[in-house]
Amino acid sequence: MLSPEEIQEIQTALAHCESNFAAGLDALKIVQRRRGWISDETLQEVARFLEMTPAELDSVATFYSLIFRRQVGRHVILLCDSVSCWVMGYESLFEALKKRLGIGFGQTSADGRFTLLPHPCLGACERAPVMMIDDELYGPIEEEMIEKILARYE
Amino acid sequence: MNRPLTKNFQSLGPPLSLAEYEKAGGYQAMRRALTAMEPGQVTALVNAANLRGRGGAGFPTARKWSFVPMGKDAPRPRYLTVNADEMEPAAFKDRVLLEGDPHQLIEGIIIAAFAIQAEIAYIFIRQCYTTAFRRLNTAIAEAYAKGYLGRNILGTDFHLALHLHESAGRYICGEETALLNALEGRRPVPRAKPPFPPVIGLWGKPTVTNNAETICNVPHIIQNGPDWYRALSLTPDGGTKIYGVSGKVVKPGAWELPLGVSMREVIEEHAGGLRPEVKLRAVLPGGASTALLPPDHLDIKMDFNSMQAAGSRLGTGTLVVIDDKTCIVGLVLNLLNFFARESCGWCTPCREGLPWIVKLLKAIENGDGRPEDLTRLKEQPRLMAPGHTFCPLAPGAMEPLQSALTYFEDDFKRHIQEKRCPWK
Ligand SMILES: Cc1cc2nc3c(=O)[nH]c(=O)nc-3n(C[C@H](O)[C@H](O)[C@H](O)COP(=O)(O)O)c2cc1C
Ligand code: SF4
Ligand code: FES
Repeated sequence: MLSPEEIQEIQTALAHCESNFAAGLDALKIVQRRRGWISDETLQEVARFLEMTPAELDSVATFYSLIFRRQVGRHVILLCDSVSCWVMGYESLFEALKKRLGIGFGQTSADGRFTLLPHPCLGACERAPVMMIDDELYGPIEEEMIEKILARYE
Repeated sequence: MNRPLTKNFQSLGPPLSLAEYEKAGGYQAMRRALTAMEPGQVTALVNAANLRGRGGAGFPTARKWSFVPMGKDAPRPRYLTVNADEMEPAAFKDRVLLEGDPHQLIEGIIIAAFAIQAEIAYIFIRQCYTTAFRRLNTAIAEAYAKGYLGRNILGTDFHLALHLHESAGRYICGEETALLNALEGRRPVPRAKPPFPPVIGLWGKPTVTNNAETICNVPHIIQNGPDWYRALSLTPDGGTKIYGVSGKVVKPGAWELPLGVSMREVIEEHAGGLRPEVKLRAVLPGGASTALLPPDHLDIKMDFNSMQAAGSRLGTGTLVVIDDKTCIVGLVLNLLNFFARESCGWCTPCREGLPWIVKLLKAIENGDGRPEDLTRLKEQPRLMAPGHTFCPLAPGAMEPLQSALTYFEDDFKRHIQEKRCPWK
């Protein structure tokens, strides 16, 4: 069931949308912010609320790399794997993260703390190599800094 | 030197508030356009200024605006969509403008919307630009509170609603027709063209999409006139440009410079030159979908025509400096990996072809390449030429590949002969 707060936020988004479809991504984001990811049940609830079929909403949800249709950890690490970061040491940063977290791309650490994902250029190439954790950008990252950065997240 | 786009930038802390922006001369161009000019006069000034789009293709801005059907019987509503998706690898110039002076963009939007008589505008911003999003949100609220957005702006009969749409990843959303599908809440694959969006766009209504940097130029043209604006540039195309440098330089960053400065000047004078321990091997001049250029091209001017004459493109104007310790095959593999992953899957050559190229490149990079692989690779740019795919993503992906095969073929051959990456 969508919570009253979720419903209210989706209704606010709907108010300046020209069709229910147009609010689809906003609604998915509103719900994902609270629940972490979009389960099949969640998808159906949002679709019902927007008077779309689940398939219609899922065709949008599955397109976007930052709408999570599988469970993720409490924090999502987006590691930039594009060209400037690659030139500036992305590969060794990736190795260090893999070793530290014990996971590869698309996986979640055993304690449920972090999910590690590759992401295209984060638009901060002058600070390469960079990564984002939730809404925070870090860069340029040296291997010695990783421990301190990760320690900020529960 | 005049730096209109960045003159209000604060070195630390948040950007100018609406009141501060006005004190610095902001919103005067909007006032002039809305109260003393006809929409057509605004477009005429932008035309005389020779403003070309900063989204990559360099399309003349006023010409795009002039495709919008005007007059009493023209379809309504009309839309302006501002492209701040900026997911092209190596590009970060729009972010600098969005974070640095959000009111400049909003003022540009109001004037551009007035020129095409649009009543609804969207800023389409990528999710990862969290700081820019917050700052724009604040600035938009200020502009509404002041009456610069909403109904009857400055007491005229011009209305404008402005919405900030936050995307959720995927490079293809920046393609202008995919962007329209995204805003409509559909799966954001590109649309067929024609019809072109200025005639049939968002919800079937006339829609102009401009890059964020393009729109930031508009207030300065209205405020200072087209002669002043053209004089900012070293080329017949008007204005300044946000140039950026990343990669193996001493001081990576972004700078507003006259349109048409040379790559050498940007790299050596502004980015501090190459890091002392390395030598220049290549430049990726304007984002992932532009052709690589070797070091003897450094004196080429970074403007639309000069870069094209040199066999590449100005693109985003943000270049990557690649040194002699970086493997060109690995670099091209990284770029093609990006394009293969971001392909929207709508048309077969791109969806199937790009992963196949990645496989070939990976084999070569790992020392498993065969001489005939090089022949196969060389055929690809022709197979994925413009017109063979639904949108320019795949042809764009061919630009770094083809240029690498032209200028750095020996690197590919060495990988195949030595059965390993000589740079590892
Ligand atoms: C795959 C792809 C991605 C694009 N991404 C962007 C983008 O992020 N920002 C942008 O302004 N233009 C992007 N473009 C270009 C737009 O389609 C469009 O030409 C541009 O926004 C027009 O703005 P302008 O006329 O002001 O240059 C992209 C094009 C393609 C094919
Ligand atoms: S070229 Fe690629 S990105 Fe463009 S429509 Fe075809 S599959 Fe999609
Ligand atoms: S390439 Fe990593 S931020 Fe641009």
